[in-house]
Amino acid sequence: MDAPLVSGPHAHGAVSVSRTMVLVMLALLPATLFGVYLYGWPALNLLLITVLSALVAEGTSLRLAGKPVRPYLLDGSAALTGWLLAMTLPPWAPWWIGAAGSFFAIVVGKQVFGGLGQNLFNPAMVARVALLIAFPVEMTTFITPQPLFSSNAPGFLQGLAISLGSGVQIDMVSSASTLGHVKTELTRGISVHNALAPVYDLLTGFIGYMPGSMGETSALLILAGGIFLLFKRVITWHIPVSMIASLMLLATLFHGINPERYIGPLVHLLSGATLLGAFFIATDLVTSPVTAKGQLLFGAGCGALVFIIRSWAAYPEGMAFAVMLMNALTPLIDHYVRPRVYGRDRKGEPLVYEGKPEPPP
Amino acid sequence: MKLFRITGGVHPDDCKTLTAKHAIETLPLPDLLHVPLQQHIGSPAAPVVRRGEQVLKGQLLAHSQGMISAPVHAPTSGRVMGVGNYPAHHASGLSVPTITLQPDGEDRWANNTAIPIDPFKLPSEEIAARVSAAGIVGMGGATFPAAVKLNLRTRYTLKTLVINGAECEPFLTCDDRLMQEQAADVIDGIRIMAHALGVEKVLIGIENNKPDAQSAMDAAAADYPDISIARLPTRYPMGSEKHLVQTLTGRETPARGLTADIGVVVHNVATALAVHDALRCGRPLVSRVVTVSGSAIRNPKNLRVLVGTPVDDLLNYCGGFTSTPARLISGGPMMGQRLPGTRVPIIKGSSGILALTHEETVHDAVMPCIRCASCVRVCPCGLVPLEMANHARAGDLEGAAGFGLMDCIACGSCAYVCPSNIPLVQYFNYAKGELTARQRAEHKQAETRRLTELRSERMEKQKQAKREALAKRRQAAKAQQQKKAAEADA
Ligand code: SF4
Ligand code: SF4
Repeated sequence: MDAPLVSGPHAHGAVSVSRTMVLVMLALLPATLFGVYLYGWPALNLLLITVLSALVAEGTSLRLAGKPVRPYLLDGSAALTGWLLAMTLPPWAPWWIGAAGSFFAIVVGKQVFGGLGQNLFNPAMVARVALLIAFPVEMTTFITPQPLFSSNAPGFLQGLAISLGSGVQIDMVSSASTLGHVKTELTRGISVHNALAPVYDLLTGFIGYMPGSMGETSALLILAGGIFLLFKRVITWHIPVSMIASLMLLATLFHGINPERYIGPLVHLLSGATLLGAFFIATDLVTSPVTAKGQLLFGAGCGALVFIIRSWAAYPEGMAFAVMLMNALTPLIDHYVRPRVYGRDRKGEPLVYEGKPEPPP
Repeated sequence: MKLFRITGGVHPDDCKTLTAKHAIETLPLPDLLHVPLQQHIGSPAAPVVRRGEQVLKGQLLAHSQGMISAPVHAPTSGRVMGVGNYPAHHASGLSVPTITLQPDGEDRWANNTAIPIDPFKLPSEEIAARVSAAGIVGMGGATFPAAVKLNLRTRYTLKTLVINGAECEPFLTCDDRLMQEQAADVIDGIRIMAHALGVEKVLIGIENNKPDAQSAMDAAAADYPDISIARLPTRYPMGSEKHLVQTLTGRETPARGLTADIGVVVHNVATALAVHDALRCGRPLVSRVVTVSGSAIRNPKNLRVLVGTPVDDLLNYCGGFTSTPARLISGGPMMGQRLPGTRVPIIKGSSGILALTHEETVHDAVMPCIRCASCVRVCPCGLVPLEMANHARAGDLEGAAGFGLMDCIACGSCAYVCPSNIPLVQYFNYAKGELTARQRAEHKQAETRRLTELRSERMEKQKQAKREALAKRRQAAKAQQQKKAAEADA
């Protein structure tokens, strides 16, 4: 018989932290594989680098903090942070981008706050924003797809060279992401329509055969992963739906007013980090609100901020900033938005029934 | 019948197949019975027998004291071996006042019991009085004296009697079997209670994982149009009184209130059977059906057991353990308590004895909260368990209370789904205990302060009165003097 007094329940559902993390990784797998296929060896190298550095950073921090290393390394949260970070990086980014990003994510984004479950901001997004500010060029150099084993694709050794940061060939194939392209063209006075026409069609966007971050381009596969997570109840629909809805609503509105200046809702939906953000980043359990209503608010806020940043700020993509801004509001949302307690009204007073009790229907 | 949705809840593996098909067997007379004087919520009963006394089955051993209490009767005929202390059927394992009885093997009923007459001719007070005298308590586990609930009609307008046959705890099948095997008697007990309460309508809620019980009760209630059987979705905690009432009537019981506030009284099926036995046969509550289950039990069974039978006897009858159980529990796995050992006796509220294997129970390491919100989603009371736990752990009990700690029904749904294995209910129980103790202490302090203030006020008044009296006397004396002086002058 085991140790001291334990209250019920004496049974437990088949859930654990590592199971949750593994399910998220499984959901990321299709989009990841597609990214590796699309951008070749360097993309795979990048993924391995971010995951490994995240694990090393986590292990070192835990040791320094005098916490048990094994259970926390095995819970999968650090590996997932590294993985998510890789998904949002340019696929041919050199190794030091990945390593620095992961270290920053784990140490500054997570361990400084007290480790698992304590961080205010999504660690991967903390790292992404830091990288974007520190290395603007590397962080916005995307490549046109070079599918593995296709004639132009870098071989394994060439891939290593790219990952090690010798810029072979990158210039030949580099390209801007859709959103980046539109932003540049707009500043040159070219309308959204004319800017998009030669480089973009929705079907491509849906499948993901285009320049972009490693795991962000395929709307189809990310959606599949997201639905898997919903099905497995790791996340609920509230954040993805409210986020996409608010983004689409604003985009429809402004696109309707001035289609030359504002990108249409479908382009918003299918490019950049919209879907990855809605299903995998904004839904990060630790940094999003815990009540259904709070999550709706949070998602709507993220969507609106993404739209605002993409449309009016200097950056073509706004997911990381938007999510971090809303992360900062999460404690506030959780403080004010709470479920109604059973037997009480919204103000917390016990329910009062008028007159005599009625017979049940 | 239209049912209403409740929020939250979980779907644990119900594990009922272990015993669902096992008809109730009667456990042979044990060698010794340990009958605790307190098997109910309220004040303990006071013993009326002495060591060495010969008693008959059903004879009063201890009478109830106070408004909320219940008497205790001899479970069989035999000799009182002693009135002393014995380990309680409780996680603490503390000893409590207990009467030990040695059965004489004859199991002879006392004929001191009231001559049964048609209970439907009795006034409500008389039915409640007989239920009270029979020592009947809520047998679903709450052990609240049943008669007190029957007397609610004097203070509330009651419309509906709800019978709890949900049995939503995994493993337990004792109510299921009772409803199948003694449906007519259960229905009779229900009708007697409905008569005593003067309600128009009876709703019997039975979860859909008990189709046989549903049809047996349906058949037994066929002649009574005011009794309906509700087929409930299988979902824990459907058997929570307030949630059951909401599912059936669509109305929420106000916080801190009783279901009687919305015109409903809830009783358990086993309680109904006990009422039948008491009113029709004049027999007090001396036995109950207990599910003995769990994978560590060799032959899981449903047993009819005399109150006071040591758990050991039940386990032996079921073939003992297949392996050392990781945990021994009284009640269901969700809300049951750990048992400190197997010597403790069965009491009126024991619905199950479970011996769980390592695989069946909680054993993973506790991790930090990852704010996954699962606990918030499943809480049937609309609470935010993670916040309550955070505050409770930090010692901020008021903070925890601010998040609704006192509205928590300790159902355990939150801890059941917590991926980090956080013992949430443990925190809540601890915090509730502390808070109640603190409130009591505060109340006591306030009371002392009030009394001191009263006393000093009284003293002050007395002094004042004295001063006034003195002043008056002086004045009178003065006046006298003046008068004398004036007279002298004149
Ligand atoms: S279920 Fe556990 S880990 Fe998830 S939010 Fe609640 S307490 Fe935290
Ligand atoms: S134990 Fe309390 S907090 Fe947890 S789910 Fe049940 S009512 Fe909610």
